[in-house]
Amino acid sequence: MALRDRPLSPHLQVYRPQLTSVLSIFHRLTGVFLATGAAMLCCWLLTAAAGPEYYEWSQWFLTSWLGYALLAAWSYCLFYHLCNGIRHLFWDVGIGFSLKATYASGVLMVLASFGLTGLSWGLGLYFYFTG
Amino acid sequence: MAEFLLPKNSKIKKGRHHKAPDGAGKTRRFKVYRYDPDSGDNPRTDTFEVDTEKCGPMVLDALIQMKGDTDATLTFRRSCREGICGSCAMNIDGTNTLACTKPIDEVKGEVRIYPLPHLPVIKDLVPDMTTFYAQYTSIEPWMKTDSPPPSNRERLQSPEDRAKLDGLYECIMCACCSTSCPSYWWNGERYLGPAILLQAYRWLIDSRDEATGERLDDLEDPFRLYRCHTIMNCTRTCPKNLNPAQAIGEIKKMMVARR
Repeated sequence: MALRDRPLSPHLQVYRPQLTSVLSIFHRLTGVFLATGAAMLCCWLLTAAAGPEYYEWSQWFLTSWLGYALLAAWSYCLFYHLCNGIRHLFWDVGIGFSLKATYASGVLMVLASFGLTGLSWGLGLYFYFTG
Repeated sequence: MAEFLLPKNSKIKKGRHHKAPDGAGKTRRFKVYRYDPDSGDNPRTDTFEVDTEKCGPMVLDALIQMKGDTDATLTFRRSCREGICGSCAMNIDGTNTLACTKPIDEVKGEVRIYPLPHLPVIKDLVPDMTTFYAQYTSIEPWMKTDSPPPSNRERLQSPEDRAKLDGLYECIMCACCSTSCPSYWWNGERYLGPAILLQAYRWLIDSRDEATGERLDDLEDPFRLYRCHTIMNCTRTCPKNLNPAQAIGEIKKMMVARR
């Protein structure tokens, strides 16, 4: 029987999600989402260079509820991608490959990404309100 | 290109339900992937109720019970039943492992059993491993030397050099790790996968092997080696508690170090 007629055994459908694969797929997803954020950043700078009336458009969008939601998501994704990137750098030099270290660094990375996001928004809001 | 859904001919249908025999003691339910190449039907999952008081403690014992008592057509590979041959590698309760060393008691609720993921299925729990073995052949897993061997004795190795092979030589090539790797799922025809790369590393650091440069040349490829994204599913699932991800990391380091 030809090989192509054989069914493919189930993979994503049956494989149990676990910390290792979930953190990895989120690294990929945050990376893709950050690329759209980079495009947004360029648009923001372009409107700033084009003049006050254009800049007002982007400010209007970014300070809408959707704009704030996107900024919150982008900032979190930035810190997630950064922290997991550092985790990858350790692996690249051969450190932290044990299962125990992988799980510990994974949990630490997620905590750090939330902490840094909270810290940056806290500082931002603090300076916003205290001038 | 990654295909996240199963092809049409691979979609799993609901199968039969085999009730436990009358007077059975403590029963457990097993949901088992079935595919009959002669019927032309899609794969299905059959449910077996197994009297665990009458069978051994491992998932393989239950499979043998199902085959012996309920459905003799149930097909799976097994041989040593002690975790050294690697034949009974399959997906049990969502992760790849050896049926012979996986206690039924470790699984909560229904025990779901599928073939190793993302491989063509020959029958039931028997996947086609042709590509996997061809990839193993491609790394030339034997000692290669240019220098003549010492006269009257074998090539010797210091205890320290021999110790470098610990954690590598124990690999039984069951393919649990490779078929747990999403990168291998999406690029299995070009990416060698964790099991083969661990074997490649086993020869790369063997002090007696003299083809290190040549072996690294063969691996220096965007797909063969570098599709490893350190997902770590391989290390997570290895039934022998080896660390393929670390072996791959060491190969990547060797690549940089030789520049």
